Amino acid sequence: MPASPTLDAWVREVVDRHFNPSTGSPFWLEYAKKAGWDPRREVKGFSDLQRFGEFQDEWLRGGPVQRWIPKALSGKPIFVFETGGTTGIPKTRIASEDFRTDYELFSETLPDESFPKGSNWLMLGPSGPRRLRLAVEHLAQYRGGICFCVDLHPRWVIKLIQKGWMEHLQAYKDHVIDQAVTILQANHDIRCMFATPKLLEALALRLESMGTTIRQAGITGIFSGGTEFTPQWNRFAHEELLDGACMTPVYGNTLMGLAASAPSGPQNGYKITYYAPQPRAVVQVVDFDRPDRIVDYGKTGRVKLTTLTKEFFMPGFLERDEGEREPPCARYPWDGVSGVRPYRGFAATTTVGVY
Amino acid sequence: MLHLPVLRWGAPYESLEVDEVVHFSTGEPIATVSRANGGLIQRDARNAPRARDVLRAIPIEDLIARAGHAGQLYMTATLPMGNGTQTPDEFVRAQSASTGLPERMCRANMQKSAFVLAEMRAILESLTRGLSLDVLSNGYGEERGVPISYQAQSPVVGLVLPSNSPGVHALWLPIIPLQIGLVLKPGPQEPWTPYRMTEAFYAAGVPREAIAIYPGGADVGAAVLDSVARTIIFGGQATVDRYRGNPGVQPHGPGFSKILIGDDQVDRWEQFLDVMVDSVFLNSGRGCINCSGIWASRHTRAIADAIAQRLAAVAPLPPDHPDASLAAFTVPGVAEAISRSIDADLQAPGVTDVTARHRGDRPRLVKAGRADYLLPTVVHCDSPGAAIANKEYMFPFVTVVECPESKMIEAIGPTLVCSAITCNPAFRRTLTDAVHIDRLNIGPVPTTQLNWRQPHEGNLIDFLFRARAFQTAGL
Repeated sequence: MPASPTLDAWVREVVDRHFNPSTGSPFWLEYAKKAGWDPRREVKGFSDLQRFGEFQDEWLRGGPVQRWIPKALSGKPIFVFETGGTTGIPKTRIASEDFRTDYELFSETLPDESFPKGSNWLMLGPSGPRRLRLAVEHLAQYRGGICFCVDLHPRWVIKLIQKGWMEHLQAYKDHVIDQAVTILQANHDIRCMFATPKLLEALALRLESMGTTIRQAGITGIFSGGTEFTPQWNRFAHEELLDGACMTPVYGNTLMGLAASAPSGPQNGYKITYYAPQPRAVVQVVDFDRPDRIVDYGKTGRVKLTTLTKEFFMPGFLERDEGEREPPCARYPWDGVSGVRPYRGFAATTTVGVY
Repeated sequence: MLHLPVLRWGAPYESLEVDEVVHFSTGEPIATVSRANGGLIQRDARNAPRARDVLRAIPIEDLIARAGHAGQLYMTATLPMGNGTQTPDEFVRAQSASTGLPERMCRANMQKSAFVLAEMRAILESLTRGLSLDVLSNGYGEERGVPISYQAQSPVVGLVLPSNSPGVHALWLPIIPLQIGLVLKPGPQEPWTPYRMTEAFYAAGVPREAIAIYPGGADVGAAVLDSVARTIIFGGQATVDRYRGNPGVQPHGPGFSKILIGDDQVDRWEQFLDVMVDSVFLNSGRGCINCSGIWASRHTRAIADAIAQRLAAVAPLPPDHPDASLAAFTVPGVAEAISRSIDADLQAPGVTDVTARHRGDRPRLVKAGRADYLLPTVVHCDSPGAAIANKEYMFPFVTVVECPESKMIEAIGPTLVCSAITCNPAFRRTLTDAVHIDRLNIGPVPTTQLNWRQPHEGNLIDFLFRARAFQTAGL
């Protein structure tokens, strides 16, 4: 994938920011000192980021978290978001405005007829120290609405699965859906929703058992994401769960932001292709054994993520997912990834789709 | 190539996600199978009561007759198989190709299922202990002047089925005649029996709305368990442990079936050699009813040696060979792991691989293309304390354990089938009282010999129906 001049220029700006002694973060300034080369001088574009090698996710575990805060953000309120952490120390990412920026950009991709401006939202996803909860709330506010949330503790859900306490798991899922149904029935004029596939499915089935539907409950627009968001599930949801409500898939996490999907439906076999929000993040599909090599279009590889914002710089992070490399499309003139699923090297030990 | 769709109460549904069923030896695809998703099952579960309704519209006597007809069709007819058709011979070849079971064993399993279907009336009469079948249909009735009620606990039964043992399908065949629907989740390598049997039922006049088939992965099995109030699941020991005590789930796993020879009979052990060899070896030792332990207080080395000699000549043969008796392991690495585990256990003191000296230069593990085979293995244990004494594997494997008769019952652990060769009344009484023995055979009965008129790992009627009080008063 030849990088565009826009991407190369953005890379230079971001690298300059993170490695400039007056604006950079302690972590990257220390890194540059030990590396023996000057990223500000030697990184001319995206392809030069290869010099950093693979980003080690262990770097994000443990503190002090302040080492990740660029001096340019000094004095500003800082959030810390966590990912993982069912056992052991979670990975942390600091943020000031990134999550707002990412979701404001994502907002531009949402059709107003299905996600009406000014309407209220329901956030049916993980709460706690997670970026998603604040991000969806900001999205609702940015579009002029108010966001209702539920309590959902994903680490407890993972523990229930690992212990095989399936009755407790079902009870907890019911408890979450109870909260959602209560909110939807409380005359708050909720029209839009984020939900994980499992919870969306559970909500739709619950509503159906009550003689109503997602659409009849007032929901017109949904965005949802996760590795269980397969083409088959996408089709099932459209044909049998949504009752005509619009749903758009997203691929994202705390470390990247949010990758939107190209249009998907019966016309393309419900295939889902994600495109990262370039230039703020770049997704590549790389060879399983040689992560410095991008696979050919249509071929399978591991998802490699590079985050490039003024607040957070993360070059060459190998995700826990794999998929197929997809060519650019009209709306997103850069590479995408389809068929995202847990990376085969970790699949047996990863608990996915838990909430 | 054949494609097997999801069957949603009889209606074919082609998923966007498919799994390949491949030939165990060549790796060539034989068929593709639509992969269901969990939500599909949960949503369809709303229509589960309809399955019982359409079946209750047909008298049980009539369903018994249709089951018998289905058995004939299963054995002889060309039946739909997904988007194509299958003759009985094609069915056998396909099943053998994906499971690694020799074709003659596939045919034997077909006959077993057809027998159960043909004998359905007698089987139901035995399982219900002569109860009028109208009671099950209506939910209540009267017997010997006393009002009785048997209430179905679920309109349908979920079946999470195995890949490796087509013989187990006979267990769920009485469910349709009991006017209860089926939600089948086939094993990934053995979709053939559920689909063929379903088509045989349809062709015999069972309503399509009575049976659903959801192929797929572990999430599909979990969805079946979540969506159906009564589920029969096949799996390993972990599965059994997980669902033990759950009234909604009947788990079937390893059997740890055994032959115990009492002190009063052990001196004439040669007379029981055929029974012992058959118990270990039939159906390639794959079943939970195959014997994995022979226990006696003396002559155990001679017993082990005699069985090993009998099995020493067994070798892998092409699956269509009329003498093929050894099934292949179709999942890469499994046979190797089992062989390594046995070798590790053989390091313990007092444990001997008796077959080794009869096999000569041949190793236990035989690799043939993509498939692996494990040659029959007989291990002698000086005492029940050896770790290997209570192991069970999916090939002809048996430990011959030296143990005083007085300690046998306590030491054998959970045992699905126990064939006890003894005339000692005290030993017989202890055996009869042992609650960790499920099926008990007294005398030289092969552990593999089932009487289908008797319950297997719990009475199906007790699992599906609840006996309760019921009274009426005139109005």
